[in-house]
Amino acid sequence: MVKVMATAAEQEKQKKAKEYEKYVKQVTPTHSLFKNMCRAFLCGGAICVLGQGIMNFCMSQGLDKEISGGWTSLILVLLSVLCTGFNIYPKIAKWGGAGTLVPITGFANSVAAPAIEYQKEGQVFGIGCKIFIIAGPVILYGILTSAALGAIYYVLKLWGIVG
Amino acid sequence: MTEVRKQTIGKQSIQFEHAVHILSGASIVGKKEGDGPLGKCFDVIGGEDGMFGCQSWEEAESVLQKEAVSMAIGKAELENWQIRTIYVGDLLAQTIASSFGIIGFDTPVYGLYGACATMGEALSLSSMSVAAGYGDYVVAVTSSHFGSAEKEFRFPLGYGNQRPLSATWTVTGSGACVLGTKGGKARITGITTGKIIDFGLKDSLNMGACMAPAACDTIYQNMMDFNRMPEDYDRIITGDLGEVGQHILFDMMKEKGFDIEKQHMDCGIEIYDKESQDTHAGGSGCGCSAVTFASYILPKIEKGEWKRVLFVPTGALLSKVSYNEGKSVPGIAQAVVVEHC
Amino acid sequence: MDYINAFWVGGLICALVQILLDKTKLLPGRVMVLLVCTGAVLGSVGIYNKLMDFAGAGASVPLLGFGNLLWKGVKKAIGEQGFIGIFMGGFTSSAVGISAALIFAYLASLIFKPKMKN
Repeated sequence: MVKVMATAAEQEKQKKAKEYEKYVKQVTPTHSLFKNMCRAFLCGGAICVLGQGIMNFCMSQGLDKEISGGWTSLILVLLSVLCTGFNIYPKIAKWGGAGTLVPITGFANSVAAPAIEYQKEGQVFGIGCKIFIIAGPVILYGILTSAALGAIYYVLKLWGIVG
Repeated sequence: MTEVRKQTIGKQSIQFEHAVHILSGASIVGKKEGDGPLGKCFDVIGGEDGMFGCQSWEEAESVLQKEAVSMAIGKAELENWQIRTIYVGDLLAQTIASSFGIIGFDTPVYGLYGACATMGEALSLSSMSVAAGYGDYVVAVTSSHFGSAEKEFRFPLGYGNQRPLSATWTVTGSGACVLGTKGGKARITGITTGKIIDFGLKDSLNMGACMAPAACDTIYQNMMDFNRMPEDYDRIITGDLGEVGQHILFDMMKEKGFDIEKQHMDCGIEIYDKESQDTHAGGSGCGCSAVTFASYILPKIEKGEWKRVLFVPTGALLSKVSYNEGKSVPGIAQAVVVEHC
Repeated sequence: MDYINAFWVGGLICALVQILLDKTKLLPGRVMVLLVCTGAVLGSVGIYNKLMDFAGAGASVPLLGFGNLLWKGVKKAIGEQGFIGIFMGGFTSSAVGISAALIFAYLASLIFKPKMKN
């Protein structure tokens, strides 16, 4: 009996929380989604064009596609880390939103920012641990997903279903 | 056996038999706060880098506290040894900025945590101890620092992200007050201690909405306990509700039958110019209400411009762990009645 | 032409992710994880390579491309080494991106100091 009453009170509380959340959503101003999307489009597009430029240059130097892709990543990452160090990246990100988060430069920023921020806490527990604070999950779940897909691929290949 | 004289009033309040005097207030802030609308009021304004001559944000925050307390004691024309106790708090884990900020004073200390409502908690406890005769002079001080708070609760500063319009900007600064049995032109006549109020909201980037129900609860209880109306206060000043929280507070108070729009002011809204400083909903952090109180509100009361003010710092109760574990963000608000004398 | 395709495809991916950021409570870190995993899945069903042929850097520079790269590495390694390739390919193919980020970030931590936002 006591338990039944407790759950009833719990439900009431959850209902109230939902109502309050709805009300808060109404009174809270938000950024214009359309404007943000346009900015993300421009910013992300520009970074990709920059990548294409590096790629085309590498290919014109006679490098193969894979190596050119490597150079592209390398240079974009370097530029992003420099922008982070000079405190420019957060400013671009404030304007560009997802346009700076989605490209590989966003990944590089998420590695460089904690490395710089946590240097005071030491080489191992400061920079060493905290460098992965945002990028760590990306690497973990990226590797996990690709390995799981690889395992499926391996089995299918054994059975001769895929080539 | 002498009987302890009862000073409680209503459900959650205390009315001091002998009001506790605020002898002085002092503040130190960062560059951004110095550039804001209240810039002229603050005693010291720091440089662009926000480091205050230190190597890390945490050290800088400790220096803020040290400076604010020294200045407040100096303004009260006292010496460090005359301070009986310091009530101190900040936002960092284990309130470590306070420990290193106060260490040099060689004074008994109580460390407090009340999120951004800590200044209300510090003023309440320090006035209680003075009123009870536990010290002739005590200090209440809190601090926050944008860099250390951002690092503690959000992202490293170099990380690029967009802040929603409901987000607040942590104030870099520390405010301190010296309280005593006599002197000064302002006094604390009563306090209302807040309850933890949870409306189940989980959005840590909309802290105004998390804290507004607590602010409403404490303000309402204060008026009930003291049998007052909003008109009995020249100002009702919340800590860091910001624009969103203020809107919600007005709605909730109206539901309870009180219109406080004329009296209400919010330290977080006052401290920045949101158009030119791009701070969105307003300022926050336990430095926000502390510096605004010490350098803007207190002088107005001392001058007699405001006769009676209800000062209600507000706090959002969350930790990194509670947030990651999907817990809600409850709020708390501590009210202090300050009067001209 | 390849610049135009890179621009609009890359831009479009970013604009769509912006909806995710603004309309849901997903934090940037979670979005990044989601992108990489999605990229690996899209790669494994063969969609992403076609997109890369069309848009070039517009598909490879976003984190989706990073996920695809991981998958391609795993697939190649399985083809060459068999079972052990499952554990080998991901890091091999993503080595440049991850190493560059870690090495440059470490060097940056030696040179730069934390700065206030304003």
